[in-house]
Amino acid sequence: MNKINRRNFIKIVGGASAISAIGFPAIAAAGGKKQVVIVGGGVGGATAAKYIRRADSSVEVTLIEPNEHYYTCFMSNEVLGGDRKLDSLKFGYDGLRKHGVTVVQDTVTAIDAKGRKVTTKGGKSFNYDRCIVAPGISFRDNIEGYDAAAAERFPHAWKAGAQTALLRNQLEAMPDGGTVLIAPPPNPFRCPPGPYERACQIAHYLKNHKPKSKIVIYDSKDKFSKQGLFTQAWERHYPGMIEWKKAADTGGGIMRVDAKAGTVSTDFDDMKVAVANIIPAQKAGTIAEVAGLTDDSGWCPITGSTFESTLHKGIHVVGDAAIQSPLPKSGYAANSEAKVVAAAVVDLVNGREPGTPSWVNTCYSVVAPDDGISVAMVYNLVDGKVAKVEGSGGLTPMDSSPADRKREVQYAYSWFNNITHDIFN
Amino acid sequence: MSVGRTLAVVLGSSLLLGAGQLSAAPTATMLGDTCAGCHGTDGASTGPATPNIAGLSETYFTDTMLAFKSGERPSTVMGRIAKGYPEEEIKLMAGFFAKMPIAITQQKTDAAKVAAGEKLYPKSCSKCHDENGTLADDDSGIMASQWLPYLQYSMEDFKAGSREMAKKMKKKVDKLSDDELEALLQFFASQQ
Repeated sequence: MNKINRRNFIKIVGGASAISAIGFPAIAAAGGKKQVVIVGGGVGGATAAKYIRRADSSVEVTLIEPNEHYYTCFMSNEVLGGDRKLDSLKFGYDGLRKHGVTVVQDTVTAIDAKGRKVTTKGGKSFNYDRCIVAPGISFRDNIEGYDAAAAERFPHAWKAGAQTALLRNQLEAMPDGGTVLIAPPPNPFRCPPGPYERACQIAHYLKNHKPKSKIVIYDSKDKFSKQGLFTQAWERHYPGMIEWKKAADTGGGIMRVDAKAGTVSTDFDDMKVAVANIIPAQKAGTIAEVAGLTDDSGWCPITGSTFESTLHKGIHVVGDAAIQSPLPKSGYAANSEAKVVAAAVVDLVNGREPGTPSWVNTCYSVVAPDDGISVAMVYNLVDGKVAKVEGSGGLTPMDSSPADRKREVQYAYSWFNNITHDIFN
Repeated sequence: MSVGRTLAVVLGSSLLLGAGQLSAAPTATMLGDTCAGCHGTDGASTGPATPNIAGLSETYFTDTMLAFKSGERPSTVMGRIAKGYPEEEIKLMAGFFAKMPIAITQQKTDAAKVAAGEKLYPKSCSKCHDENGTLADDDSGIMASQWLPYLQYSMEDFKAGSREMAKKMKKKVDKLSDDELEALLQFFASQQ
């Protein structure tokens, strides 16, 4: 069991203060202001920053993020479909500043877990009592030839922003009658229903503007999230437009790309298509690996109760980078995890035992303008591990009424507005 | 105490608390914060459809969640989520949101309908949804400034019979036309 009992809790905290006393007498002498440094200003990092300040405004929170703005990956498929503008996904950090968070625009290059210090590309260093690492995802080299130049030719659009705009531009430029190829990544990856919602949104655009066009999905898996509901949506809204090829039928999906020749290839075929959306396999964001927070899987092992790294004490990992299963790699999960971590960090820096966590996740997919579907689940801590609460959650029923599907779209939009407000304002 | 007896006591207490789980209930804040993703920070929804839950009475919140959980009240996603919480945790959430000030929303309403609703309100709704729907009476939700699509969905469900109306409400609703009901909903939504 990973549950912190009174005895080993004292050991952990005692150890931490001992390090502080030796390593950073300045902090200890300065009236005990506790320092939390957060690496990454996406959903997990920004939520944690705000919720720490809400819980205890005496804790000094520094959030370090390379970009001036964050574009949410969630709802970016609607930009591809044409019903949403990219700007609606763009969020800045002034809201966090109002909560008293110090936002530093810089890139973290190293985390010294023993010295409890974060250093940046800009040459700054930040001491911490607790560090939260929320770097999101980076890509693996599972597709031969998929380098930076290839990502311009065959966008992944799996980190929203310029890549989303690029893919949208390609869709707008393609001829009627062309083929759009989508190559979803293997598990585990950010936003499990995302590639299949994307097929719906692109089909929605093509149906209205380029109706002779087709979408073919070369999957690296043999099944996928909300499969029954997506298949139903494809048949219902876009009959004959979307073809899904499972991995077993194509020798594992897309294996190679050649940006110069403009080809994407399975083990059997080289293809030239109008637009190819190649989404590579994923792992934790780069800094997690650099800081030694990842294991052989490429993701960050954590303790269920507090999401503290099992590899480095004093560092918590939230969001997509963590091995948080059965929680999914989703925006809502990252937001929910960050609140648990924020509460735990506030307890820990104040010498209290962290309380009992509770998590929730809901993932909406907008499959047509008035047709939304969802998957939801409540999670608790059982024997020190994240567990699904039995009997909770599940999918939109296959036979739910058109009126309910329409409501789910409005609830999806409400979710987007509320969660982004909860994160950034 | 023998090893066997100790084990029996430990197993007994863990069964009481649920399989394999020995931790206490999460705090009200921990639970309430999980709702923010859909219902807004502290239950103040930014819309367009998901309802504000800030300021709901503890009775209304608890009864509603239990009705979602049992399936007695229809829903899209809420029933699935309500099933994840024991009554004890629902009551903690209820306490958390009851302490929050009710949310004031800015939404588009139809001035003529709002005016018509205002005239109908005293006779039709004010006994239970008093003070223009701002009061969180024990068994009624907060109507004032509530998101209009949510009010409309609720009325659709009431009219369809999939959600049960209180007897006194049914008597009033049965006498009102669809236009009159819509006017009343617009009136409530427009409250500042």
